[in-house]
Amino acid sequence: MTDKPTKKPGDVETTGHSWDGIEEFNNPLPRWWLWTFYATIFWGVLYTIAYPAWPLISGATPGVLGYSTRAEVAADITRFEELNAPIEAKLEAADLTAISADAELANYTQNAGAAVFKTWCAQCHGAGAAGVQGQGYPNLLDDDWLWGGSIEDIHLTISHGIRNEEDPDARYSEMPAFGELLAEEEIAGVVQYVRQISGQEADAALATAGETVFLDNCAACHADDGTGDRFQGAPNLTDAIWLYGGSVDDITYTVENARFGVMPSWTSRLSEAEIRAVAAYVHGLGGGE
Amino acid sequence: MSSTDQTPEKLYAAREPIFPRRVSGKFRNLKWWLMAFTLGIYYLTPWLRWDRGPKLPDQAVLVDLANRRFFFFWIEIWPHEFYFVAGLLIMAGLGLFLFTSALGRVWCGYACPQTVWTDLFILVERWVEGDRNKRVKLWREKWNAKKIRLRLTKWVLWFLIAVATGGAWVFYFTDAPTLLVDLLTFSAHPVAYTTIGVLAMTTFVFGGFMREQVCIYMCPWPRIQAAMMDEDTLTVGYRTWRGEPRGKHRKAENADQLGDCIDCMACVNVCPMGIDIRDGQQLACITCALCIDACDDVMDKIGKPRGLIDYMALTDETRERAGQEPKPIIKHILRPRTILYTTLWSLVGIGLVVALFIRPDLDVTVSPVRNPTYVTLSDGSIRNTYDVRLRNKHGEDRPFHISISGDPAMRVQIEGTPYETVTVPADTQMLQRVYVIAAPGSDAAREERTEFRFWVEDNTNGDRTFADTVFNGTEN
Repeated sequence: MTDKPTKKPGDVETTGHSWDGIEEFNNPLPRWWLWTFYATIFWGVLYTIAYPAWPLISGATPGVLGYSTRAEVAADITRFEELNAPIEAKLEAADLTAISADAELANYTQNAGAAVFKTWCAQCHGAGAAGVQGQGYPNLLDDDWLWGGSIEDIHLTISHGIRNEEDPDARYSEMPAFGELLAEEEIAGVVQYVRQISGQEADAALATAGETVFLDNCAACHADDGTGDRFQGAPNLTDAIWLYGGSVDDITYTVENARFGVMPSWTSRLSEAEIRAVAAYVHGLGGGE
Repeated sequence: MSSTDQTPEKLYAAREPIFPRRVSGKFRNLKWWLMAFTLGIYYLTPWLRWDRGPKLPDQAVLVDLANRRFFFFWIEIWPHEFYFVAGLLIMAGLGLFLFTSALGRVWCGYACPQTVWTDLFILVERWVEGDRNKRVKLWREKWNAKKIRLRLTKWVLWFLIAVATGGAWVFYFTDAPTLLVDLLTFSAHPVAYTTIGVLAMTTFVFGGFMREQVCIYMCPWPRIQAAMMDEDTLTVGYRTWRGEPRGKHRKAENADQLGDCIDCMACVNVCPMGIDIRDGQQLACITCALCIDACDDVMDKIGKPRGLIDYMALTDETRERAGQEPKPIIKHILRPRTILYTTLWSLVGIGLVVALFIRPDLDVTVSPVRNPTYVTLSDGSIRNTYDVRLRNKHGEDRPFHISISGDPAMRVQIEGTPYETVTVPADTQMLQRVYVIAAPGSDAAREERTEFRFWVEDNTNGDRTFADTVFNGTEN
């Protein structure tokens, strides 16, 4: 409300900058600001003495408080292990089939099992547990199980693995390489027969011839109707799921050379509670029986 | 440099102590009422009760961080309804535009916590140590028994207010009566004590010692608000053309040439910011209008008209200097700019109220599981998986029925149960995995995208809501 400037020219220094006639005062800072600034410097010095700070050739000054993020993580892990000990004991003592009905165990296995799965299983079976279709890494989400989809079966499979050398209890099946045992046209026939019973496009004449070959050579494991035998790990050939591909070429290759997928035994690497947790997790992915 | 011939200024300046004198008048009264009102809201709100049934808290206003809920009387806000907070922030922004363009820094002068608590602390100071002259005298005295006694009394009172202020804050975040008992029996969570301690210290230091320094050096508002004012904005000003030249000696020879200002310094003495309003508008002025009360009082005594210091706008100055009447206040306030702000503010407000009333008590969001996009089952049917979040906003458990509409070749299956109904506990969000299965060879099983709709129905009252999503077939 006045023409008079708030400070008379000459009262305070200006920075010498002028924008559209507006000049900037170079007012002194308040004293408390200065003291705050000194306090932060003092604090900074104390901090570098108390905590790890100054970089050296290898590592850094440790700080007199002996603080370390690594030690903090280790302490956290120990603390959580202690916190989880009671429920893990309960999990190990529980009947496998009772896990999903117990809200506390179900919640724990869903979370702990997911962590175990993502650490140890996802490399082959994928983070989403979908495996790799046609490449021999089974999809764990579907309802097709080579060795059984009950929680006991899944638990046994995880505990001992499949076709590994390390664990004598590993699930083991070995299909012969029929390329050396059967003639080429016999194989061509059996391939067409397998495509026919799985509901795919097939050459009817070849398939009829193949049926006899199938009953003579394959039915012992895959059953007369081709539905397989979980006791031996023999796949169901009539369904829509093909671990190594369902095309004529893929099936021909499988018949001629056989397949030999391997899964390690986890008993020596994971605790029983971890195995049970991941078994319950896999069982709950949508295909569990 | 414009002043090379000067001795260099000191780089740092000590704080000038300020001893605001007591004043009475209409603006001081308004400020007392506003102080009682705002402090009352702050201290008492956590103690209001509101019955929400057995499973929900009965505190009227509660920020329940642990359970991620905000309760405000009959309104309950969930985390996914954060847009209400965004809307309130937009309203606060528009409200600031409106008030600043109409009334300048009215927030600073009347409602800002820094102003209100400083005012309260000055009240205590005056009560303990006396009015301005006594306080100046006490300040100049060397330390003696009386000074120590008065200072200690003042600081203890300030400290009690500060602790109550920090204490009131934590009551907004948990059940107030329970927390009070816990606090007094030293069994409350350390976070509560730490929060009270930090807020008590900031209140004590900011209200007792920093005061105007906070406004001048720490707060961004003075800078921002200056850019929102225009020539019609009402603000506190001094009528230079009426007051100048100022002078004390009414009986002096040149008395007839003097203006109305008798240079009594009343306006300066009452100012909590320690400034002289006669220097014109300035960053340090919070427009608390106490100088208006002080000057009006003096003008009454010397028999001059009130309003030497007054709320006025820049356009008034031009008009008054030209000998015209100033614009009526209503014309300053009702301008296209303020009407536009009011309209926008009201539209956002109406939008929020409408959103509040039409939101359902059950809510569903669906996120398709993308790893993998689909699973082939042994009979050749195609299965998609969805993470369905069901929210039951009632105070009791509710059975929710889940179904889909779209392609009849698709059916729904719920993880963990053979039924299509799940029970969602009271006032919770539940994550339920749901499968949708398309029959072998159906269009949905093949096509890249089939749009469909999840329906969720509350079996108890028939309320229902939906979420649209997509089914991925084998050709994607």
